[in-house]
Amino acid sequence: MSLLDSINKVDDFTWELPASAREGMLVPGIVFADRELLEKADKDNALQQVANVACLPGIVKASMAMPDIHWGYGFPIGGVAATDREEGVVSPGGVGYDISCGVRLLKTSLVGEEIKDRLRQVIDLLNASVPKGLGTKGRLRLGRAEMERLMRRGAEELVARGIGWEEDLEAMEEEGCYPGADPAKVSERAFTRGRDQVGTLGSGNHFLEIQVVEEAAPLAEKMGLFEGQVVVMAHSGSRGMGHQVCSDYIEIMGAASGRFGYRLPDPQLVCAPVQSREGRDYLGAMACAANFAMCNREAITHWIRECFEKVFKAGARELGMELLYDVSHNLAKAEQHEIGGKTMELIVHRKGATRAFPGSRPEVGEKFAESGQPVIIPGDMGTHSYVLVGSEEALKKSFGSTCHGAGRAMSRKAARKQVRGDELLGRLEKEGIMVRAGHLAGLAEEAPEAYKDVDEVVRICEGAGLSHAVARMRPLAVLKG
Amino acid sequence: MGIRAYGRSVAEAFENCALGMMSLMLEPERVRPQRRVRLSAQGRDGSSLLVAWLSEILFRVEAEGWAFASFEVDSCSEVAVAGWGSGEPMDATRHGLKLEIKAPTYHRLELGEKEGQWTAQVIFDV
Repeated sequence: MSLLDSINKVDDFTWELPASAREGMLVPGIVFADRELLEKADKDNALQQVANVACLPGIVKASMAMPDIHWGYGFPIGGVAATDREEGVVSPGGVGYDISCGVRLLKTSLVGEEIKDRLRQVIDLLNASVPKGLGTKGRLRLGRAEMERLMRRGAEELVARGIGWEEDLEAMEEEGCYPGADPAKVSERAFTRGRDQVGTLGSGNHFLEIQVVEEAAPLAEKMGLFEGQVVVMAHSGSRGMGHQVCSDYIEIMGAASGRFGYRLPDPQLVCAPVQSREGRDYLGAMACAANFAMCNREAITHWIRECFEKVFKAGARELGMELLYDVSHNLAKAEQHEIGGKTMELIVHRKGATRAFPGSRPEVGEKFAESGQPVIIPGDMGTHSYVLVGSEEALKKSFGSTCHGAGRAMSRKAARKQVRGDELLGRLEKEGIMVRAGHLAGLAEEAPEAYKDVDEVVRICEGAGLSHAVARMRPLAVLKG
Repeated sequence: MGIRAYGRSVAEAFENCALGMMSLMLEPERVRPQRRVRLSAQGRDGSSLLVAWLSEILFRVEAEGWAFASFEVDSCSEVAVAGWGSGEPMDATRHGLKLEIKAPTYHRLELGEKEGQWTAQVIFDV
């Protein structure tokens, strides 16, 4: 029997999978989707994964999925699971291998017309300046002590070295420094993998995009966004360092699983009590990877600003290249939430989901107290991306979470079968989108048709009240990892 | 992104699985087997051994910059594997570089023998 047969419609954008739907579920599953996306989630087994996550010891309220839900490794992508900090577990698979993979948006004071004739020059310079793809090393060489400082202090460490701006920090989650980082819990292999990778884009779905704001809601102005404005989006994560931390702790928790005695439906959901040595160590190492990821995006930002300075022969400040916001969409965070009138201390796992807090939450900071926390949503390279803001309703419904992107609609293999990289390149160029990519097969895997319709995903997020759209952008030029 | 590799022995399945993983990252047939690199890994059981073996190779590729053309396993128990990778330093101009692999995962991982044929199935996070 399909899980779809057990699911109940709560409203047009919310579906509940009762805890009785499958043996072992401790809480219900809640999927924010319309009927079509729900059926897709069922077809690619992501719904099954929502049910699997509902079996995690100490999970509270529900195993949730955002509208961009699709099949992942263990946890679905688009999954949100909160566990009790005292009684519950933390699961490295609930964060994912690319710890603190995230997106940021840089503003400029330029309008589309002003970049039109120099777009080729900018994207070619970015292509030459931002290391990307397999086997590339970053432009920074860090020794062991420098790496430790960076893991502890986060983006502040780079800013102190003249990479990035002081004011960038207040436009980053946790002001660029995730608390509790403990480099002693990071393996030598993770240090070695990350050593040369600060300021590198990576490959897969990571990218830089020069975009133009196509539509802006009244709130956009308060955030310094306006129609016609050129902005730059960057998507990358913690690189080999974070991948190794995740791999290491999946092994460590796997080896200890006999002691914990959990029976889990998927070995990739391996976990440990938050208060166990393994759980605490993981959170200390994960925080290091989160800081590494923010530094990575901060260094990339520095190269982007340098490229614009060279092409436009003006300073980046003069060009208005302020950071709008930097958000992570793969992370576990210690947060307080109200459940049934009671305030609970939780670990909120977001895997392919973005924190979307209203301005009333202290974590959001003064800068966004009025607007709410910005949420940066990359679409596919052929259509749109969005800036959203968090909402009070999201706090009540989804632990303050929303989608993280369009979400894949097609596997990489299927995309490669259907799309040819060179044809795609030509098609996008015809549509006025310049593309630079490491290799063409990889580009085909990222074709617009391989993704869900981001406009639809955002519409459902708004319909469900999880976040509100502030600006919609379309791509002018894309650099793919 | 996943692969299913076969072998007449568990050692051969491990060799082929490693080669399959390399072929997702680059074109192994374009790599010259000029140097031999010692590889070893330990696990708790067959599944974790396979993950550890692939993680060891991934580390050599990503952190040490090796490109491998082939693999040879010379000892393989339930909890330890050792062998060689033959290749050369990675060269972006010659090796047809493709994707980075973040990690081999345990999701839908399979390792087993049926009528003398070993199968190893691994899904990678890319």
